[in-house]
Amino acid sequence: MHPALSVIFFTVTAGAGYGLLFLLAFVNIGGLSEMISPDQVTAMGIVGLVLVTAGLISSTFHLANPKNAWRSFTRFKTSWLSREAVFAVLFYPVSLIWLALQFFTGNSSATAIFAVIMAAMALVIMLCTAMIYASLKTIRQWHTPLTPVNYVLLGLLPGALILAVMFASQGLDAGRLLGLSVIILVLAALVKIVYFFWIGTPAGPTINTALGFTRATVKLLDVGHASDTFHTREFGYQVDRVKLIWLRFISVGLAFVLPIMLITGMLGSAGFAALGLAAVSAYAGVFVERWLFFAEARHVVNLYHGAQRT
Amino acid sequence: MKLGLVIDLDTCVGCHACAVACKQWNTSGTTGPLADYDPYGEQPSGVWFNRIRNYEVDEFPNNKTVNAPMSCMHCDDAACVTVCPTGASYKREEDGIVLVDQSKCMGCNLCAWACPYGARELDEEQGVMKKCTLCVDRIYDEKLPKEERQPACVMTCPTHARFFGDFDDPDSKVSTLVRERSGYSMMPEVGYNPVNKYLPPRQRPTAPTVEKSEGGTSASLIGKWMKRQKDAFNDLGKGTH
Repeated sequence: MHPALSVIFFTVTAGAGYGLLFLLAFVNIGGLSEMISPDQVTAMGIVGLVLVTAGLISSTFHLANPKNAWRSFTRFKTSWLSREAVFAVLFYPVSLIWLALQFFTGNSSATAIFAVIMAAMALVIMLCTAMIYASLKTIRQWHTPLTPVNYVLLGLLPGALILAVMFASQGLDAGRLLGLSVIILVLAALVKIVYFFWIGTPAGPTINTALGFTRATVKLLDVGHASDTFHTREFGYQVDRVKLIWLRFISVGLAFVLPIMLITGMLGSAGFAALGLAAVSAYAGVFVERWLFFAEARHVVNLYHGAQRT
Repeated sequence: MKLGLVIDLDTCVGCHACAVACKQWNTSGTTGPLADYDPYGEQPSGVWFNRIRNYEVDEFPNNKTVNAPMSCMHCDDAACVTVCPTGASYKREEDGIVLVDQSKCMGCNLCAWACPYGARELDEEQGVMKKCTLCVDRIYDEKLPKEERQPACVMTCPTHARFFGDFDDPDSKVSTLVRERSGYSMMPEVGYNPVNKYLPPRQRPTAPTVEKSEGGTSASLIGKWMKRQKDAFNDLGKGTH
């Protein structure tokens, strides 16, 4: 699949924003930090909303006809993209009310209720985004339960680290948050490595089932078009295999290995600079991971263009 | 009613006439124009509803060229419709034709991602998704003579490899052909239940082949010797020996 930068930026950045807000919702309830003031929570919440908004704006650049984007709220019953759009819009009033309650009433019971609702919605939106991809039977590398697990963990991961940086900048104790970050990092790394092995196993339709000749070899003689088509541009994206392997190492290194080493203090003290570097590294690593998620996905239409299997 | 096409892979000669007729009708029809990019340049491209590819099935001496025209299969379980967030993609209740309402499409490409058959193409000039309409603006047109009320591709096919009809009627031409010639669906494992069916090539005896005799005769020995001399002469001065 063609890795469109607008979609990669959207899923990574909005995912980080939703992950940040999900964790921030539990700052009082779960006791991630005891010293935090309502003003600080509000400010950090606004940072989360800025990330989400930047991502959502980027997602519209992917549309060929954005003036009809408002219609994407209408097929809530069947379409995961529509569900994502509806929840993403409903998320704003809920999160803004929560921030207002934080700012004006502090740590009240109403704040807690809205915090839980907002956290649930953030999780649902991350799942909806993932299901857009996981529901496509035409792309076996996406059509797996690993996809939603991966999207949620890789939203929480940069979210947790950006939150930890803000905690450290305010002089708050980020110890519990960093403990949680290590758990998220290890889980996310495991899921991603399982995924890399899993997509390496041959499976799914072949050129034989695509054309219905299952008892003989089939090869393409002529593809029928003289130059690029919509399908070759959208689905025919191919990267050098060696480059892909390197990018896998780079994404795992930046997203998981380096942040774990930085926040556990394996590379000297886990100070503010180390946390900042961990957050930047995780964001960059997840960005490369999302690029790979698209670049390694092979749509079945390539079988008609001569690929032997997907 | 369940309208669709039957395509005979035995008689299709891969002439692309169906694709040209389709482009001609639909670029001036209700879904037109179908954009062309760089039409007279070095890399002409554009939107087509129907594309023909040629394959070789099996190995020599049992090999056979198969020409496979592909357009929208008007699937019974059309994922392109369920994934559409705007409601632009829809499947008609009355005849099962899958269409795109171009005034509603936002060009997100998700339906094209969901389609295994490459039936949907984005018109990059208008920013909306386009696809085969089964010539819905022909087949119900009462101003046309009755025999012309069928898709442009079916009308034009010079080898009668394309058939149009109602699959819900067990005695229709398409249902009979599928029954008698083991019509099948492409990529059924994706589970979309495509309506369009393909008729497999008929079984024919393998063409006789002549075994090449290996050496033995004086004529061929002389021939081999002459070839060696000629090769040596050609290699002179190349410094390979």
